[in-house]
Amino acid sequence: MAVGPDATVVAPPLETAARPDAAGASWRRLGRLKWGVGGAVVFLLIVASAVCAPLISPYDPLSVDIKHRMTPPAWMEGGSREHLLGTDQVGRDLLSRVIWGGRVSLLAGTSTVILSSIIGVFFGLTAGYFGGRVDWNIMTLINVMLTFPFVLLALAVIAVLGPSLANMVKVLAVTGWPVYARIVRAETLALRERDFVLAAKALGMSHLRIILGQILPNLISPIVVVATLQIAQVIILESTLSFLGLGIQPPTPAWGNMLGEGRVYMLNSWWIAAFPGLAIFITTLVINLMGNGLRDWLDPHMKL
Amino acid sequence: MRRYLLRQLVQLIVVIIGISILAFSILHVIGDPVTLLLPQNAGKEEYARYKHLMGLDQPIWVQYWKFATRAVQGDFGKSWYGNTPAFPLVIERMPATIYLTVSGLGVALLIALPLGVVAALKRHSVVDTFCTMLAVAGQAMPIFWLGIMLIIIFAVRLKVLPASGYGTWQNFVLPAFCLGAFLAPLTMRLVRSGLIEVMNMEFIKTARAKGVGERMVVIKHAFRNACIPVVTVLGLQFGQLLGGAIITETVFAWPGVATLTVDSIRNQDFPVVQCAVVLLALIIVIVNTAVDILVGLIDPRIRTGA
Repeated sequence: MAVGPDATVVAPPLETAARPDAAGASWRRLGRLKWGVGGAVVFLLIVASAVCAPLISPYDPLSVDIKHRMTPPAWMEGGSREHLLGTDQVGRDLLSRVIWGGRVSLLAGTSTVILSSIIGVFFGLTAGYFGGRVDWNIMTLINVMLTFPFVLLALAVIAVLGPSLANMVKVLAVTGWPVYARIVRAETLALRERDFVLAAKALGMSHLRIILGQILPNLISPIVVVATLQIAQVIILESTLSFLGLGIQPPTPAWGNMLGEGRVYMLNSWWIAAFPGLAIFITTLVINLMGNGLRDWLDPHMKL
Repeated sequence: MRRYLLRQLVQLIVVIIGISILAFSILHVIGDPVTLLLPQNAGKEEYARYKHLMGLDQPIWVQYWKFATRAVQGDFGKSWYGNTPAFPLVIERMPATIYLTVSGLGVALLIALPLGVVAALKRHSVVDTFCTMLAVAGQAMPIFWLGIMLIIIFAVRLKVLPASGYGTWQNFVLPAFCLGAFLAPLTMRLVRSGLIEVMNMEFIKTARAKGVGERMVVIKHAFRNACIPVVTVLGLQFGQLLGGAIITETVFAWPGVATLTVDSIRNQDFPVVQCAVVLLALIIVIVNTAVDILVGLIDPRIRTGA
């Protein structure tokens, strides 16, 4: 890959520069990569279980069984082996619902990240490459978006559009792009002054060719890292909206709305709310570990 | 300094106009308020009459101008439900939200400052590793799940704290901790990295060479300088903090602006939603501007735009 530590202009943090024991540092780096690889493996397992949901889930996530409602998990008193994680308020198998819920969360996460990274990269490249007034306008917009609480905006927009998966992805994509734009802009500002870009300009290349052919390839690794970390953010945001009743609508299983529904029953049946929450927690945790590992691997000096 | 203040002020005005357009377009561009208000079986005549009554048949910029001039005077129209003005309805709920936000910020600092300082001074020690793990786990924890778990443990099982309600200090404990835990990981990382950076600077070496005690070096020389990035980022994160407060309020049935907003959205009571969005956004941009000015006062490098 054409990207190495020297592709970024961000000075290495003093932490690494002033570290006396280089051997210890590389060991630690290897240690962190180990966490990253572990995170990636668990994440792939989660993806696989979501993809294979129809094959591996023991029950239909929507099939109601009132007789066995609120069965506790298998290891608790009154639990049965037929429902490993217990059942919810209408007797649906929680394990199956958690597996199926992953589909929605991962689908929302990846599609949002793809959309918002495209918007963000476009604005970031434009601002960074052309500079001046264009840059000022885009940066003001970015700053407004970054300071505005996303939840508030999403609430208001979804209230008018109506809650659905598609609307939620739209809202999340429109609110999520500034993160990419800011990083892409900063990198582009620096790349613009590099010799190979100046040479391309001197050769008379068009702006479009320089941006797509010379600058964009150098931005792939920061974009990949940010996008990975953003998937985790989006999963949390998606579940927040579903929890508030403004995202995925029941009975479709999604981790957020399962949690929201289970909240009512937490006095007696804590597991209904606890397991979907645990699923969100583990998924975002392994994605963050994977993203951090990816950053260390691609470019340890990257400052994100 | 004058130029810096002026620039901040211009930016503030631009942002406020932007927010008002956003709040206006929520209702007028994305949806059609008339169809939302009228029953499904209303006829065409009824529709036209209502549209005229609400002034919605006028050009969009006239409507915006009307909305903006009224909003400046605190008139956001009447709630479509109780027929009471929206503005006092929202203002009434404001103190509860502000108390929650401030106490959440307090809890976050209480957790993050000591841990961040120790982690920075004893790098790669057990405490540092523990802090890193706590930060990674904390960032993966959805705030509403944490809230629910806190309720299950402390209110349902141990029965030591109330699950909801407002008024006594006991009511504050769980929501404030929940919100604080949401902000603490980021703050801790900032304190740590800020302090590490400062500790490597020349003036710290000078202070040490002059024979200043290590404790004084950390407190007087390093910590103060490390505060600048912390204050800046916390100021910028104020919007996220308020966003966290929105979710915390919903979980703990806190009688603040957020619960009002969520309820109003469910009831499609748009004047109240618009009013709440505009006021919350106003608070955020004012805090942000205040922080920018404050940081500019502390650190001259920033206001000269270095």
